[in-house]
Amino acid sequence: MTHNTITIDGQEVPFEVGQTIMDAALAAKVYIPHLCHYPGLTPHGNCRLCSIEIGKKSVAACTTPAVAGQQISSNTPAINAARKSITQMLFIEGNHICPSCEKSGNCKLQAMGYFLGMLDEHFPQFYQRRKIDASHADIVLDRDRCILCDLCVRASREVDGKNVFAIAGRGTEAHLIVNSSSGKLVDSNLEVDDLAANICPVGAILKKSQGYDVPIGERIYDQHTISEIGLQESIAKESKSDDN
Amino acid sequence: MNQSISNNPDSKSVHLLHRLYALQQQHLCISSESMQQVANEFCLPVSQVTAVVEFYTFFSRGPCGRYHLLLSNCTSCGYLVGGENFLLQFTQALDVSPGETRSDGLVSLGETSCIGMCDHGSAMLVNGMPLILHNADRVNHIAQLINAKTSLADWPAEWFQVHESVNKKGLLLNQNFIPGLSLKNTLAQGANEMLETILASGLRGRGGAGFSTGQKWQFCRQAEGAGHYVVCNADEGEPGTFKDRLLLRQHAESMLEGMTLCAFIIGAERGFIYLRGEYRFLLSDLQTVLAAYRRAGLLGQRILGKEDFDFDIEIVVGAGAYICGEESALIESLEGKPGIPRIRPPFPVTHGYLNQPTVVNNVETFVAAAHIAVHGSAWFKTMGTTQSAGSKILSVSGDCELPGVYEYPFGVSVQQVLQDCQASDAQAVQIGGPAGVLIGKQDFDRQIAFEDLSTGGSFMVFGVHRDLLTINRNFASFFAHESCGFCTPCRVGTQLLKNNLDKIAEGRGTRQDIVEIKRLSELIQRYSHCGLGHTAAHHVIDGLQRFPQVFEENLTQQSFMSPFDLDKTLEEARQITQRDDAAAHLK
Repeated sequence: MTHNTITIDGQEVPFEVGQTIMDAALAAKVYIPHLCHYPGLTPHGNCRLCSIEIGKKSVAACTTPAVAGQQISSNTPAINAARKSITQMLFIEGNHICPSCEKSGNCKLQAMGYFLGMLDEHFPQFYQRRKIDASHADIVLDRDRCILCDLCVRASREVDGKNVFAIAGRGTEAHLIVNSSSGKLVDSNLEVDDLAANICPVGAILKKSQGYDVPIGERIYDQHTISEIGLQESIAKESKSDDN
Repeated sequence: MNQSISNNPDSKSVHLLHRLYALQQQHLCISSESMQQVANEFCLPVSQVTAVVEFYTFFSRGPCGRYHLLLSNCTSCGYLVGGENFLLQFTQALDVSPGETRSDGLVSLGETSCIGMCDHGSAMLVNGMPLILHNADRVNHIAQLINAKTSLADWPAEWFQVHESVNKKGLLLNQNFIPGLSLKNTLAQGANEMLETILASGLRGRGGAGFSTGQKWQFCRQAEGAGHYVVCNADEGEPGTFKDRLLLRQHAESMLEGMTLCAFIIGAERGFIYLRGEYRFLLSDLQTVLAAYRRAGLLGQRILGKEDFDFDIEIVVGAGAYICGEESALIESLEGKPGIPRIRPPFPVTHGYLNQPTVVNNVETFVAAAHIAVHGSAWFKTMGTTQSAGSKILSVSGDCELPGVYEYPFGVSVQQVLQDCQASDAQAVQIGGPAGVLIGKQDFDRQIAFEDLSTGGSFMVFGVHRDLLTINRNFASFFAHESCGFCTPCRVGTQLLKNNLDKIAEGRGTRQDIVEIKRLSELIQRYSHCGLGHTAAHHVIDGLQRFPQVFEENLTQQSFMSPFDLDKTLEEARQITQRDDAAAHLK
């Protein structure tokens, strides 16, 4: 295998051919902010939090192949300001009410806001009306909090082998849909232990009857930054498909 | 049915978009039951069918009326052109609100993006057919016919007459095209030689981006794959462009031959014409030309009698989505999915349709290629500039006496075009559509060329009487409506930009809003996933730079204005309480 290096903010980072910039960065413990990426799932590039700069061009680290000699800027004031704006956009597009959300403290959107020093939402709220699906016995789908990251879609398809979710609609009408004839979660084959039911970075897919088991203040991002957690995450895709 | 197509294992007898179109026609909507049925027929997850239905403007889950009116909201063929508000007039004459279906189910009314009728003025689609609105009398006449349930076949035929005004012919449009000649030349020269000719001609993609056509074909030819494909992008959706409508109607032969010789060079057996849904009325004539070509042995198996030269073309009709003009979104749509642009690289030349090497070119590019195959590369290079060989066919519309199609050598000045179309009082020209460049008088000496002002063909003239802020708002709405919704900066940013411009137009904008608009524009432009996002804020950036007074004039002197109008937000409460007295208002 050919080993080579890219440079991220002055630091040399080795990569293997076929790796993306994000793959190489995470392997070298260099954190690039991301929400729609989860190592082990096919990268999608929709949230744009992982935007980096190569020369004058901005690209998503999670979908751009590492090429020897790339000079990459990531942790700069300008890029982080853009990332903060993108995070604010995700907040105002949905209806995120952190104090009453079960995910608070475990929520990556919230953690990203903290990480990027977001003190307000900046943009005017959209106040979109979105549907809640509480039809499933064990899982509730609250689209108010969905950030359209597509992680549940990919987790269901690639790891659970089920294809429970999809995204439909154009522009700000885009919304998460369920692959069942009624469009309801109860008529899908989603189960509580599926990765798709557990991977949601926000509080859009929540388990029922499990509220506040861990008190606020003792949750993941109450104790760690998203950059610490983001460097540890990955899905052992192979082991899951071997089990089947 | 053509053999080479129906024998192909990955070919479905009916395309998903066509099946959904048939259901929409039959039931005036696509119900959950229908979607489940289609999912079963096509062995697709019902969520994919739902996602497709919800992506395209011309499909609806709720019922449309038996007369479905979609008024263009383009700045050149929209319902506000000419000082009238035809949408409002229809709302009143038919007693139905935009976006709704009348309770008796007879009629529904809505807006749609540019329908490619910009040389005809205000126009709409009625049950998919373009109709020229002309004046308020016609609106009332239409309302009467609808209320009387008069069949469309009995409406005055001249309302549906789409004329092709070719006001200036050049290199391509002047040629008398002899069917089959470009293919005979290609076979005589061989694939290598013809590719060299295309490369030597300097032909660049006519969609606007201007990638070398010869190089694209060369990359595709070199790419390995189970099959190679040729796709003609006839999804001419950039507001203000309609020149492909002319080419598809009057020059389809050269387009087909351009595709076919491309197929010969890259080794493709299948090709597609992706026709925008707004041009469905051209479908049957195009099918007729295809059939004639098959009969003449110029398409199908053993073209011109040559062993192993099999190539055929299918037409896939889109369903209303501007983004499908982006080549990878177009391919997604061809594959029966929502038109969401792919991650590039890999590019379609190596991973296109069904992940196989695919050439996607604009209609005009294929037309030019066929002519180059007949006349040679030197002939083509006699016109144009060093970097932009040949000619460009422009769609000229807006505030001018002679809207229509104009073909010029590349390098023509904007001033020259304005003179020829008799635009005597132009204050600005939008070149390349809302995604292009907005220029003012000081730039009228600039050239139409890839190295200066690049355009897919749209050339919209704005006279001195036009309010440019209204134009900017129109474009901002267009992008917010057409954003595919995939990435955050474009999905949310285009909507925010629209809201910001609306605020300024309402007289509620502050200096801070201008700062905000600039920052937002740069964010969308820089961080979006695809070309739509990269270009969606150009018009605002140009507007602020070249016509700052248009924005300044509308600003309030206050340092802060809330993003919403507080009094307006109380309207619902006033309605519920049935109050409208002074105390129920904030001002």
